[in-house]
Amino acid sequence: MTTQQTPAIQVHGLEKSYKELRVLRGVNFEVARGSVFALLGSNGAGKTTAVKILSTLLKADVGTARVNGFDVATQAANVRESISLTGQFAAVDEILSGRENLVLVARLRHLKDPGKIADDLLERFSLTDAGGRKTATYSGGMRRRLDIAMSLIGDPPVIFLDEPTTGLDPQARIEVWQAVRELADRGTTVLLTTQYLDEAEQLADRIAILHEGRIIVNGTLAELKQLLPPAKVEYVEKQPTLEDVFLTLVGTKA
Amino acid sequence: MSKHFFGDTTVLLGRSLRHITRSPDTIITTAIMPIAMMLMFVYVFGGAIRTGSASYVNYMLPGILLITVASGIAYTAYRLFMDMKGGIFERFQSMPTARSSVLWAHVLTSLVANLISLGVVMLVALLMGFRSGAGVLAWLSVTGILILFTLALTWIAVIPGLSAKTMEGASAFSYPLIFLPFLSSAFVPTATMPGPVRAFAENQPTTSIVNAIRALFTGQPVGTDIWVALAWCVGILVVAYVLAMRTYRRKIS
Ligand SMILES: Nc1ncnc2c1ncn2[C@@H]1O[C@H](COP(=O)(O)OP(=O)(O)OP(=O)(O)O)[C@@H](O)[C@H]1O
Ligand SMILES: [Mg+2]
Repeated sequence: MTTQQTPAIQVHGLEKSYKELRVLRGVNFEVARGSVFALLGSNGAGKTTAVKILSTLLKADVGTARVNGFDVATQAANVRESISLTGQFAAVDEILSGRENLVLVARLRHLKDPGKIADDLLERFSLTDAGGRKTATYSGGMRRRLDIAMSLIGDPPVIFLDEPTTGLDPQARIEVWQAVRELADRGTTVLLTTQYLDEAEQLADRIAILHEGRIIVNGTLAELKQLLPPAKVEYVEKQPTLEDVFLTLVGTKA
Repeated sequence: MSKHFFGDTTVLLGRSLRHITRSPDTIITTAIMPIAMMLMFVYVFGGAIRTGSASYVNYMLPGILLITVASGIAYTAYRLFMDMKGGIFERFQSMPTARSSVLWAHVLTSLVANLISLGVVMLVALLMGFRSGAGVLAWLSVTGILILFTLALTWIAVIPGLSAKTMEGASAFSYPLIFLPFLSSAFVPTATMPGPVRAFAENQPTTSIVNAIRALFTGQPVGTDIWVALAWCVGILVVAYVLAMRTYRRKIS
């Protein structure tokens, strides 16, 4: 059985190729229960691939992954009971209203009183007024909020958010951040991927950088900052930002 | 099979049926082409076609019904394609929901939508003078054949629905299926066709299906046609189902 001590996510030696393209080449990391873990990486680094493997949508070629103590390959049904996925692109039903989308997910998760669950979430994500409208009429931010709300239904202990704030305006971004913080406060484990370094700085307890198929660093923000000399020779002493760390490690800065 | 299979399939069926009630145009467009063909054949070409049957509407309705289904399943592929592309398919697959329910809901939706379209076409045919002395058993047999035919074509539609890259690609497969009844006994007796065409027409699935339905409508003995028709439907259904499931497993890896 799962205990509070086992990490919520354990990934060992994960490899995945698409034909010739070796996307993941031995990925290892763990995520402690109740923490927020950010997976950083450039376009095409394999973040989505990793998230899809962890959410049982894709099979790894080599390696093992456990989520909430369950093996993603052999105990996929238990994993699906334990997780919720907000994919990179908002996955809402365009023809249904926001409320109908929420009710649908609650039904599919076999929960009691789907109507109340839907109304509570609409309220929490400031969508009550738009709840009766077809989601095809929603703005990008509203759609993303609904998408995340759909993922919270059933209070799964582990939540994957694949680039949750890409394409959102600053206000909507802050709202999503707020929702992530609330999740963390409730003890939910969150794995999020992002390309925004400040997002990782703001939200994550631990940050890992995925580069060329491997995790090249994994640590707290403070640990990552120590990887670079703290002070540059400037008139004002300046801590390196996470962006400096990222770009130095990935080695793409001019 | 997951213990939630029936419950989940019902919930998802409700969802796609709602899609149909919110865009009833898919039913109308499905029915409109066969209806237009029916009007054209009966009022324009019909007079020139000698079928040996008293009423040409009676003669060609079975073929029109098959064309209705063939054009209807393009929407099945389309709906599935939209779910794949929109990511909602992946969302459902990552939830503790019976996984195959997502597919079965689309299949059942296809059945319901096509039966409605068939009903609309039948209604127009009645207005145009279609009459049948078929008894209850014959009507049930016709319904049964049409359901089997719809399911067979629906499973064919699932394949491009799951694997197409573009919306056009998802529905283009239905054109040859719509065309097939023209090379059959649906509109003219095959005896009037030149050798090779006739050989093809007499041995392809829609001819036996059309002949069986026609015989049932007119109260004639169905002979071996019905068994050939059933064999074709079941055969296509099984092959398409296996291929569709293979495509599906590859998609969800
Ligand atoms: N189904 C697929 N078939 C072939 N190649 C794929 C497939 N899915 C992803 N890839 C490739 O694998 C690599 C990693 O893709 P992935 O989507 O995991 O990256 P990502 O880190 O999520 O990128 P982004 O930040 O752009 O979302 C990319 O080069 C992509 O082109
Ligand atoms: Mg991605």
